Amino acid sequence: MTTDDPRPPPRRRLSVALGSRELKGLFWQILVVGIAVAVIAFLWSNTVTNLSARRITTGFAFLGREAGMPIADSLVAYNPRDTYLWAFVVGVANTLRVAVIGIVLATMLGTLIGISRLSANWLLSHLAAVYVEVLRDIPLLLQLLFWYVLMQALPAARAAFRPIDGVFLSNRGLILPAIPIGTPQLWVFCTAVLGVAVFYGVRRWLIARQMRDGKPRPAWPFALGLIVALPALVSVLLGVPWTIEWPELRGFNFVGGLTLAPEYFALLIALVTYTSAFIAEIVRSGIQSVPRGQWDAANALGLRRSFMLRQIILPQAMRVIVPPMTSQYLNLTKNSSLAVAIGYQDVVSIANTTLNQTGQAIEAIALIMAVFLTISLGISFFMNWYNARIALVER
Amino acid sequence: MTAITDMPDAPRAARRPQMGNPVLRWLRINLFSSIPNGILSVVLLAVLAKGVTGFVQWGIANAVWLTPANDSSACRAARGLGACWAVIPEKYRFILFGTYPFDEQWRPALSVLLFIALFYLSSRRTLWRRELVYLWIVVLGLISVLMWGGVLGLSFVSQDRWGGLPVTLILATFGLAFGFPLGILVALGRRSNLPAIRSLSVVYVELIRGVPLVSLLFMASVMFPLFMPSGFNIDKLLRAQIAIILFAGAYLAEVIRGGLQAVPRGQYEAADALGLSYWRKNRLIVLPQAIRHVIPPLVNTFIAFFKDTSLVLIIGIFDLLTTAKTAIIDPAWQQFSVEVYIFVAAIYFVFCFAMSRYSRSLEATRGR
Repeated sequence: MTTDDPRPPPRRRLSVALGSRELKGLFWQILVVGIAVAVIAFLWSNTVTNLSARRITTGFAFLGREAGMPIADSLVAYNPRDTYLWAFVVGVANTLRVAVIGIVLATMLGTLIGISRLSANWLLSHLAAVYVEVLRDIPLLLQLLFWYVLMQALPAARAAFRPIDGVFLSNRGLILPAIPIGTPQLWVFCTAVLGVAVFYGVRRWLIARQMRDGKPRPAWPFALGLIVALPALVSVLLGVPWTIEWPELRGFNFVGGLTLAPEYFALLIALVTYTSAFIAEIVRSGIQSVPRGQWDAANALGLRRSFMLRQIILPQAMRVIVPPMTSQYLNLTKNSSLAVAIGYQDVVSIANTTLNQTGQAIEAIALIMAVFLTISLGISFFMNWYNARIALVER
Repeated sequence: MTAITDMPDAPRAARRPQMGNPVLRWLRINLFSSIPNGILSVVLLAVLAKGVTGFVQWGIANAVWLTPANDSSACRAARGLGACWAVIPEKYRFILFGTYPFDEQWRPALSVLLFIALFYLSSRRTLWRRELVYLWIVVLGLISVLMWGGVLGLSFVSQDRWGGLPVTLILATFGLAFGFPLGILVALGRRSNLPAIRSLSVVYVELIRGVPLVSLLFMASVMFPLFMPSGFNIDKLLRAQIAIILFAGAYLAEVIRGGLQAVPRGQYEAADALGLSYWRKNRLIVLPQAIRHVIPPLVNTFIAFFKDTSLVLIIGIFDLLTTAKTAIIDPAWQQFSVEVYIFVAAIYFVFCFAMSRYSRSLEATRGR
């Protein structure tokens, strides 16, 4: 190795080498793309031959045919004479119902357990650790089957458990008192949503003014007025009835109230408890990632504890928490497809029935993929937007 | 500096009783440091005591441990009061090995031991050398011979009779053994500066990660026969294995990509300066550093798809969970599925817990 070689590098060889590198790159790309195209063409031609041999016409025309499959648990009106397309819509609604509620509950439970793990109370932190460890290391499907078996082992409707008045737990699922929602109630909700939107604008305006003159202005009177008082006023003016519908046992089943079917309830419990164990770890490591100096500095400024958590610690922890949380939300949504194992009719289960009834394997699986890719992109999009909002803003 | 950071602790330290019974002192510090904390501890202790006594009564005191063969009357008498652990000795051969010929079940049992030995050896840092690759090839070959037989005087057992724990371990381990090289190629492809290769890798990873494994398994069981020329049919287990390899490859690729990003730029430049070719650069310089960096997340990914292999239940392959579910179809034992699920959960837990402990110990000693 001569380090003090004064000669300049030979130019010609370098240019040849560059040329050969580019050629090599081109060669590799053509090779890999060629293989990919050849494989896809091979599979495609086989599929076309196989489909024509089985007399299956490709295309989505089957979606307009009568589905003829019963769906027990549905958010929207459905009967077996509806089309396959409508059955799919019901399936997507069922998937979203378990995924959205699951995400909300798993976040709350997971945050609680994550904070418990950091508790100064030895018993609480160790119980939380055991919870996390046990739930993380057992397959979700096994947990799901376990909860479902427990649901089925519950007493019949007549002997249902009644933990609180009006709440029944039996092998028919969980039955809760409900408030029937009609058009007048929807108006009140719309007012509340509008109130939230207006309040958001007002808050920005208040913060902008505080930025100018440094005087803090409380936002809570506006929140109270816009989000609570305004809808209440609308409710009183329109005379909206808020009657509670109590479930009753009639014969062998319940009438009235809100029913969470055993399949739905088991799936929800399994998804929430399993995902909350992962979320707990994310929250714990997020809070631990905030340097001690930040706590000390906030203490030194004499800030109240709630203010300190809200304004100093959480905003910094969130930056560590949000990206892995996004993938947990995506996992929960994808895991909701395990519903097929216990017969909750989510989109995967309905696509599977469609596939068995019509033989349209490619279309059914393409629909599943399209639905999940859309949901995944939606969640990623929202979380990326949120992540960008809370990201560290440097000068 | 230290004086300032010690400030918040100082008053608390002064309040701590310095003398006295160490047990009482421990209780005082960890459970009863303040009034709300004390109330919380008492409530938790009460709940815990109730839970533990309930479980001890059900699972130990009132449990039925053994019954005469195929007689569940004792269990049914104790139903609702105590667990029926007798279902485990009754069914454990089926749960662990499925429908593998009864007299030959020493072969899957030996395979399980070989798997465990392979995992153990792979976890030793001193063995992280090229020879480990050969060891994997030899051991996996040996396991194939044991399971299939047909040579060395072993009778042939076709794979539709395999079942239970060996199938779970096969799906996970072969998923890793083939998914790992695939993941390396895709990760390199995703960081390549050749646009065609990069976009192919991105499409593959995002497509696989965007959909649930269940739909990939459906694809393997329903669509795969459509893809193949007519008359060509491969076994269901192998199809599921291919789906799991493709699934594992996409997730492993993302982990490895993280490792590639952590390798300092100077390392790439130094390798280029030495005039190494692309493959030699990656094989000798970049990948060894990148992979060492991401071994803990790689172990975590492995745990995740070890658990996910249980999803093959949905397409009817006899892994550990499916054999457990099938074992309790027997009407005599049907009511005791909770006990069987607890038994299987314990097996999964032991594997996953050992691996996650290992991953954490690696993280703790990182950089040493």
